Amino acid sequence: MVASEADAKARILGRIRRGLRRGPLPESVAAGLVERLRAHPRNLIPARSRLPRADQVALWRANIEREHATVADALDRAEIPRLVAAYLAQANLPPAIRIAPDPDLASLPWAERPMLAIGFGRAEAEDAVSVTPCFAAVAETGTMVFPSGPDHPTTLNLMPGTQIVVLRQSRIVGTYEDAWDLLRAERAAPWDGPTVVRFMPRTVMLVTGPSRSADIEQTIELGAHGPRRVHVILLRDELLETEPG
Amino acid sequence: MQITSPGFKENARVALADAGLQKALANARTGFVAKRARAVAALPEFESLREEGREIKNHVLAHLDFYLEAYARAVEASGGVVHWCETAEDARRTVVEICRSVGARTATKGKSMIAEEIGLNAHLEAAGITPVETDLGEYIIQLRREPPSHIIAPAIHLNREDWIEAFRATHRDLPADRAFPERKTLIDEARSVLRARFLAADVGITGANMLIAETGSSVIVTNEGNGDLTQTLPKVHIVIASIEKVVPTLEDACTILRLLARSATGQDFSTYTTFSTGPRREGDRDGPGQYHVILLDNGRSSMLGTGFQDMLRCIRCAACMNHCPVYGAVGGHAYGWVYPGPMGAVLTPALIGVETAGHLPNASTFCGRCESVCPMKIPLPKMMRHWREREFERHLTPSAARFGLGAWAWVAKRPWLWRLATRVGMGVLGRLGRKRGRFGALPLAGGWTGGRDMPAPEGETFQARYARLKRQGLA
Repeated sequence: MVASEADAKARILGRIRRGLRRGPLPESVAAGLVERLRAHPRNLIPARSRLPRADQVALWRANIEREHATVADALDRAEIPRLVAAYLAQANLPPAIRIAPDPDLASLPWAERPMLAIGFGRAEAEDAVSVTPCFAAVAETGTMVFPSGPDHPTTLNLMPGTQIVVLRQSRIVGTYEDAWDLLRAERAAPWDGPTVVRFMPRTVMLVTGPSRSADIEQTIELGAHGPRRVHVILLRDELLETEPG
Repeated sequence: MQITSPGFKENARVALADAGLQKALANARTGFVAKRARAVAALPEFESLREEGREIKNHVLAHLDFYLEAYARAVEASGGVVHWCETAEDARRTVVEICRSVGARTATKGKSMIAEEIGLNAHLEAAGITPVETDLGEYIIQLRREPPSHIIAPAIHLNREDWIEAFRATHRDLPADRAFPERKTLIDEARSVLRARFLAADVGITGANMLIAETGSSVIVTNEGNGDLTQTLPKVHIVIASIEKVVPTLEDACTILRLLARSATGQDFSTYTTFSTGPRREGDRDGPGQYHVILLDNGRSSMLGTGFQDMLRCIRCAACMNHCPVYGAVGGHAYGWVYPGPMGAVLTPALIGVETAGHLPNASTFCGRCESVCPMKIPLPKMMRHWREREFERHLTPSAARFGLGAWAWVAKRPWLWRLATRVGMGVLGRLGRKRGRFGALPLAGGWTGGRDMPAPEGETFQARYARLKRQGLA
């Protein structure tokens, strides 16, 4: 920060304190606020996703389908390349995919689909279809959670006209807060920030269906700047007591 | 941008006579209201979430110095840079300096009301940097060189023919005789034209719906994905955000997100809600190499501790203008600056002065719908009344209005005279209008009856009716 910006900071904070009719916060109050940041207490959470497991999965599916994504089931991970090829054929898309460099996706039996041209990495301008993993999905609204990283470049969620998402059913959670807690638990590293633990990657995208715009006459059209189609392959990796009817 | 708020009355007259605008507004009026109502009805906790949202923002405003410093520290610990800017001029200068430091020639932009507030595009152009708006609504109004007329649907005043005309005039390398059979054709054309601009841009500029102190993240909410491409593809990402956008934690952000999309577009959740934290990390294959945040005050810190502090809770959902009968009749451009509708009528005088924007708080029927739908429970009518009082105290009100108010007050302070005048007035008007039940024109009220009919009064005065019902034990 240059000197003039440091002065600007001091003046802005000074005006805020004058408006609030106080000086800098006493140490004890500030410590309480730091504690609130570290404890990140939950606020009210809508009850709609507090359901038996099978119903929670069904709620996720109903929500994401309502938001114009499509869902196919895979009972075994070895089926996934076949399901990808079948989707491309049925949607009349070219058999070429850019796959996220994720170890789980890379180890799928792609070689069994010799007609499918595959590449790994970030999306390039000419890529029409991507295949990505999914960190978690939220039953409350159908939303899928895509943290960025070497295994999941963000461009794959944005540039191709079609995104195929491989979601393990065991990663469906009830609420956004549950997804943040997974991220905190699985990605925590020491940090110099106010909470001493860092878990946020460069970006986390919460995606609820394909891109859309209502800017022309307030009427929703799919396929604005991001994918026109989002297709989810749901890997049934957990046994549910009762399958939803 | 040119401020035309002092001409609100004339602007409104022109807007009411603009057939194209009236067609577009009629289209918009019903959509947002019905969609929000459906989304709210489907969430039993909505009212409790509003209470919590208000408490979160009040907590932040009471400790704004702490949360801004915590946020800035978290951004810096993630490799980003925070630029504290007091004025619009400071913010514009800082953005241009960052662009110049990387030799930028074009900058793509996500939709940002703060960028509109500081007039960023004109300033970038003057500095030789081409700004490219990428939100479809912002793109069309940039082509037409006009300001947004709504804070979430900037082109709400336009009809399909306006889009076709602008696209034909601008996209000259496409066949001139191409057809636009449906809205989708327009969207596909904009997508392919803008995709090339995304790939060529050196800098991406976005706003922020929220800033998170816990993690140092900026949050954007879009449906198109343009904001995400803007902040992912160029080598530099600049976030422009005002100081009141900070919230403590991801959990607090979630509460506000549950309110935001429902209040704005009537969606349960927008298509893309993205949290950005610093520049590209080691091993990342995409993302910007630099991440800057312009933290703008521009008059907001001076609203703390005043009767307008509650306005700093605003999350820019636009529910107030979507439900406002005045906005619905005249549209956003009549308000003459960046923020229209009830939130604009309160915020604009605070940011550019009551001398310039004093008409705006008068553009209200005080029907109260804005406050009743505000997810942050901001008492908008009360604050518009504050501005009217200040305008009156500072003798900014026109003399005819001051005389009228004085005459009204003189009568109202004499109950016998009030009763007599209302009884006589109602009797006369009631008899004259008995046949049609309404008046198409009234002497001295031609401006009022020009746009609507005055219903003829029926029966007794309010006071007489109240007294009678009380006697009968019914009131």
